[in-house]
Amino acid sequence: MVGHDHGPAHADEPEDMVAAGRNARLGMKLFIVYLAVYVGYVAIVAFRPDLLRVLLPGGVNLAVAYGFGLIVLALLMALAYGWLCRVIAPVARKDGK
Amino acid sequence: MIHEPSPTAIVIFLAFVGFTLGLSFWFGRKAKSAQNYFAAGGQIHWFVNGVAFAGDYLSAASFLGICGMIAFYGYDGFLYSIGYLAGWIVALFVVAEPLKRLGKYTFADALDAKFQSRGIKLAAGISTLVVSLFYLIPQMVGAGALVKPLLGFSHATGVCLVGAVVMLIVVTAGMVSTTYVQFLKGSLLVVFSTILTVAILNRGFTVPEAGAPQVRLDRQTMTITKDGQKLVNGKPWGKGEGQADFNPVGSVVSLPDGAKSTGPLGPLEFLRTLEKSTVLLWAEDKNKITGTDGSVTTVYYSKPVSGADVLVPGNSPTFSGLRAPEFSKKLNFISLMLALFFGTASLPHILIRYYTVKDQAAARKSTVVGIASIGFFYVLTLYIGLGAMTGGSLDVTNSNMAAPLLAQSFGEFLFACISAIAFTTVLGTVAGLIVAAAGAIVHDLLSGFLQLEMTDHEKVRVGRIGAVFVGIAAIILGILFEKMNVTFLVGWAFSVAASANMPSLAMLLFWKGTTREGIIAGILVGMVSSLAWVLLSADAFKDVYGLSPDQALVPFSQPGIVTIPLGFATVIIASLLTKKKS
Repeated sequence: MVGHDHGPAHADEPEDMVAAGRNARLGMKLFIVYLAVYVGYVAIVAFRPDLLRVLLPGGVNLAVAYGFGLIVLALLMALAYGWLCRVIAPVARKDGK
Repeated sequence: MIHEPSPTAIVIFLAFVGFTLGLSFWFGRKAKSAQNYFAAGGQIHWFVNGVAFAGDYLSAASFLGICGMIAFYGYDGFLYSIGYLAGWIVALFVVAEPLKRLGKYTFADALDAKFQSRGIKLAAGISTLVVSLFYLIPQMVGAGALVKPLLGFSHATGVCLVGAVVMLIVVTAGMVSTTYVQFLKGSLLVVFSTILTVAILNRGFTVPEAGAPQVRLDRQTMTITKDGQKLVNGKPWGKGEGQADFNPVGSVVSLPDGAKSTGPLGPLEFLRTLEKSTVLLWAEDKNKITGTDGSVTTVYYSKPVSGADVLVPGNSPTFSGLRAPEFSKKLNFISLMLALFFGTASLPHILIRYYTVKDQAAARKSTVVGIASIGFFYVLTLYIGLGAMTGGSLDVTNSNMAAPLLAQSFGEFLFACISAIAFTTVLGTVAGLIVAAAGAIVHDLLSGFLQLEMTDHEKVRVGRIGAVFVGIAAIILGILFEKMNVTFLVGWAFSVAASANMPSLAMLLFWKGTTREGIIAGILVGMVSSLAWVLLSADAFKDVYGLSPDQALVPFSQPGIVTIPLGFATVIIASLLTKKKS
């Protein structure tokens, strides 16, 4: 089982505040994007439920496609955030900022 | 439907519990220090922690409640799946890294890092205890519902059994064993749910023969006599001669192009086929009939529903307001979705998992793994729920058992595995909640607020005693709330967590003007207002007090849309008023 030995799991990422600040700003931008898509879903379900019956190419209705889409989008944005934070951290240290 | 305990199920169930307890005792040897007991020494690998997030988060509500709601009403249960998953975006993008940076053991550590205030420790400690206890109720109710058909025990015995096993896990090894129980549970849940979904797709849909029992009746009754005997359609409930059993909760009565069976279907093909089919569902008449002999009869009517209706929201009583024109009737849904979005990152048992990894990068990576595991599982809930609706294995009386009973239609072995996993689902989440509550008692209330001097060893000992008390409270509440819907109860817990914790946490991270008094006021106002709202709602009047829902004092049941903004407003106003003092 991974990690059973409780030893170091990976190389330490220095906890510098510049990288932390950049991560926080990036996180906030991504959060706002996702929030907008989520609010769109809640608004359609609450106020335009007729749209949810519309069949999209592929034969699946908007309710299912939007629901699956929100789940997949969360994963893609999480992966993008994880990747961008890894990129940002070394650049920030190299710049000495 | 009547279900007899199966020897295979009992053996596999006992093997799961035995392995879980063995794991706890093995890790128990390492849990000597407070850091190890409450935060697993901060040395859990990010991948293990990520899967443990799934094990911690995918509670009885997710596995039992959502699948049951989809099986009964279609898409409505999937609304919970979407809201629960979306909440992880707040956890990853807003909370994960700062929380790891600021805290050590509990959520209160992070809130208090800047101020070193006993008041914050007290408010956050109480909030953690309240939210944990609130969240424990549906888990224990789910445990009782699960053990009943699996082992043949009563609800109360099932709740006591789960409580005893969890207390043993938490008392022996704290966060280390809890983490690995959750890792094990998270992995098994995702793997076996995938197997179940593949089996559903492979089976496809079949229309019952004309005159088959599931399409013959258009009305069923459940009568509970004065002496507690249960009658189905006037006969004793059972499968023997002279007895009667319920029909399945749903049956596909017509398929596209007049087909009688589809054979194996792909994931999208499954949904496309259902869209063009007709399903016979059962609806409960709200008016119960009270007989002169003191018996109470509930009537269920069958109604053909198009697949297109099943795959859009608004079929269940919970979300029926979505199909009404009035704005006020949609507020309950909007309020719930708001609470689910902000509630995840406010749950104490989820937040403490950020202290079990070594740094911010590990916190971030483990959240990504958690989102992947949890998101994949929530996609599967739609298939499992629809499979249970159309598979003929579930009746109108047991929505919380949709997943295990669906598995039973594929054989005893899968039923046994799914039931045992469902049981570990409860164990994993309850263990996490009890560790969070015990941590709040030791670090926030005794050490932080009362400033009791304790050695490392004493902290662990007091934590263990606290875990036993919280476990006993959970058992009592689980027995008292037996009749409540598991998913609905969790919605309330999210509302209380989001109202009490999120405003203070978010304002502390993003507004420099936040003061100590603002944080304390925000937590207390958010917690008290959301709890009061819940207890004065129509659902509490109906299901908790047994009164008429018309007497409710608040207009809708889910408080989030009022109490979350109220929490934010309280933090801002109290901070502005106390700015100079701070």
